[in-house]
Amino acid sequence: MPELRLTINGEAHTVDAPIGISLAQLLRETLGFTGTKIACNEGHCGACTVQVDGVPTLSCITLAHTVDADVTTIEGLRDHPLINAFVRADAVQCGFCTPGQVVSAAALVADNPSPTVEEIRHRMAGNICRCGTYPRIEEAILHWRD
Amino acid sequence: MARLIRTEKEVEGRFEEVWLVVEEDPLTQWPSGPQAVVGRDAVRKDGPERVRGEARYTADVQLPGMLHAAMLRSPHAHARVARIDFARALELPGVRAVLGPGEAKGLVEEAEFAGQPVAAVAADSLGAARRAVEAVDIEWEVLEAVIDPEEAVRRELFTMEPARYERGDPDRAFADADVVLEGTYRTSVVLHNSMETHQAVCEWVGDTLNAYVSTQYIWGVRDNLAEELGIPGDKVRVVCEFMGGGFGSKNGADEQTYVAAVLAKRTGRPVKCALSRREENIAAGNRNATIQKLKIGARSDGTIVALEGEYINAVGASGWSAMTEGPMRMLYACENVRTVRYGAKINTPPMKAFRAPGFVEGTFGLECLIDELGEKLELDSLELRKRNYADSNDGTPYSSKNLMECYELAQKHWDRRDDVRARSTGTWKHGVGMASQIWFGGGGPPSYAWTRVGSDGRITVVTAMQDIGTGTRTAMAQIAAEELGVPLDHVDVVLGDSARGPYATLSAGSSTTPSVGPAVRAAAADAKQQIIEIAAQRHDVAEDDVTIEDGVIKTADGTFAEPLSEFLGLLEDAQILGKGARGPNPAGMSVLTFGIQVVEVAVDVETGEVRVERVAAAHDVGRIVNTLGARSQVEGGIIQGIGHTLSEQRLHDPETGRILTTTLDAYRMPTIADVPEIVSEFVDQPDEHLTNLGSKGLGEPPIIPIAAAIANAIRDATGADVHELPITREEMLRALEAAKKKERRGAPAAV
Repeated sequence: MPELRLTINGEAHTVDAPIGISLAQLLRETLGFTGTKIACNEGHCGACTVQVDGVPTLSCITLAHTVDADVTTIEGLRDHPLINAFVRADAVQCGFCTPGQVVSAAALVADNPSPTVEEIRHRMAGNICRCGTYPRIEEAILHWRD
Repeated sequence: MARLIRTEKEVEGRFEEVWLVVEEDPLTQWPSGPQAVVGRDAVRKDGPERVRGEARYTADVQLPGMLHAAMLRSPHAHARVARIDFARALELPGVRAVLGPGEAKGLVEEAEFAGQPVAAVAADSLGAARRAVEAVDIEWEVLEAVIDPEEAVRRELFTMEPARYERGDPDRAFADADVVLEGTYRTSVVLHNSMETHQAVCEWVGDTLNAYVSTQYIWGVRDNLAEELGIPGDKVRVVCEFMGGGFGSKNGADEQTYVAAVLAKRTGRPVKCALSRREENIAAGNRNATIQKLKIGARSDGTIVALEGEYINAVGASGWSAMTEGPMRMLYACENVRTVRYGAKINTPPMKAFRAPGFVEGTFGLECLIDELGEKLELDSLELRKRNYADSNDGTPYSSKNLMECYELAQKHWDRRDDVRARSTGTWKHGVGMASQIWFGGGGPPSYAWTRVGSDGRITVVTAMQDIGTGTRTAMAQIAAEELGVPLDHVDVVLGDSARGPYATLSAGSSTTPSVGPAVRAAAADAKQQIIEIAAQRHDVAEDDVTIEDGVIKTADGTFAEPLSEFLGLLEDAQILGKGARGPNPAGMSVLTFGIQVVEVAVDVETGEVRVERVAAAHDVGRIVNTLGARSQVEGGIIQGIGHTLSEQRLHDPETGRILTTTLDAYRMPTIADVPEIVSEFVDQPDEHLTNLGSKGLGEPPIIPIAAAIANAIRDATGADVHELPITREEMLRALEAAKKKERRGAPAAV
């Protein structure tokens, strides 16, 4: 199996993985980063969102061997102020989409620490939450630094 | 003391008369309003774990040597397996075992919908299992399929006998009415689409089956598996500490769990069987479509004198025919009512309970018809509802009903309508509409909880219930903290494991908090009493003089006062164990939930685009335990309801019965960009007759009235009567065209 070198959350990883494996599967099954969730596995829901060089990326439709950059998963954002902001705002119900929401939100606030409601709605529209925590997510991102 | 009672048990609007062993519930309720912990905002106990991605869901379970299973599904809506040959599949690399029709429950020989599984394969990887499924040689004998529900009714193909109900003399009442209106309403199939698909991981340890299942009912799955496998219930351990949404679709074991259990037995290895998103959209259950032919008769002052409804539930290949006529029977005072409900058995995927099954669909039809009556009689919508207020449930008293208080809370939102309408400009028309809600949600016995208090003064609540994402874990912790007089962060809750805790009910039917909450309070009270007995002996005071408040145990006269954590140091390795049970529901009373929602919409009459701009909700579900979590439930229900009102629709080919919308770009659920302003209010009055808590459930009520409220707001904005869900642009433009014709006949319309 071809060797793969990746930097994940600032740490270098070298793994053997079959060609064709998705980044999501590699993270979850090979490396044990199960905070990244797979909900549709075809790029429609955003649950698998990770950052590749800071850009929100759907890891379920990203081939692992094409990634030659720094990957940030929810595990790398566990001390981010957004975590507490989500908890405080009750921006979590079942929680299955939530790590992906946080990863998208972290990229948003890195680009713009004071996003407007319209910007939040635009940048977060690719992350589906079936429980409907959207108003809370909006609140969490608006007040993430409080 | 345990006692045996004969009682009516309700789950999701289905009733059965049963014998129940119940325990007394001697605790008096707390006064209404916020207490120290209960009735206040509480962030989720497990919020950090879920948000940080540390919570372990069934999808995250990876056991050593675990195999993956895939299922072979029928491409035909109705077909029999004529021949099946696994030889080629078994030769493929990594394939470990196969199951044919009849070898696990749920694998059938005669498929009754396109997508029903007939065989399964276990292999080293999911890819290998899927390749093997494709390599199975199978021949089908294609059978006649019935796809159209109305044809099924004509041919008397039912999942159950037609349900008929009648009170009074509807024929005479219609004949005497000043005005009679009729309408046909249709609702579409919608899908739960929980973010975590249906899945199970099964492993055998000796003669015990460990099943990690994404489920709303660990005890139901335990009993399903035990029965199917012919082993005692306690030889099945079902674990579900975190699960990624269910909404009614995960109340039983289902084929993926049976398949995983049987394949694990065959192979001697753990087996995971997880549905893909496309399988989830085909075979994991749905809210069935309905056709509702409704009729209302009223006096000119708005008094409803007669109601009649013919309901067709397009149930599918299996499932049950939910009580779609429930709102017509229960929401308003009307002496003359006649309904019939047909559960059409058709060759489409099966119905499963979906958040207030039947009542969501039935409320759309009824509450639209009510407002059409109001328009005809030129009566105010809120006044019309008050005028037909029901004082009893067809003669049975309510345990509590505060719908009038909900109406009072809604008044200020309804009063915005002139300002909202005045916002109309150009092709965009603005309007306000409302709809009421009635539903069950009282829960019932049995459910049990234990408490454990150690020498550090921390409290652990143990109960084998589930938190499917609604926040019930936090609500239980609040109840225990309140009863014991300790801060919320002194309490932990252990749940989600059928081998580690007493029975608790399913997380469906808005029943977890009203069923398990009183048991938790009773278990906390039991522990508290023991702590007080110890304190009374230690300090030589009367038990009645000892209290625990804010984590401090003390007497009123100041004999002693110390933090509970210090006082309980005397326990050393001893522990205080409490137990509690859910008492009975009040005999001879209807336990129901109520509410109203007021919606503001904007409609582009040129394109048919509908935007929901604001929703105000007022619900009566008894005492609110967690005011923050309650607002989240209301928002979530409303947003999910906006989905089935405006954009969600599972489509199938009417010829073949095959599902056309299997992906999340085709099946369109709301995103953050679709969400309106939402205001949620509660009457928050304990139901004095219901348990030691006075709380009812809130999971389902908020999704019930939203579709009709949106449709009624659309009528207010445009004069158009929408009669079909979802309100696509096509349906909106059809209704606008019809409204133009109505206007030409002399009725008022804004277009």
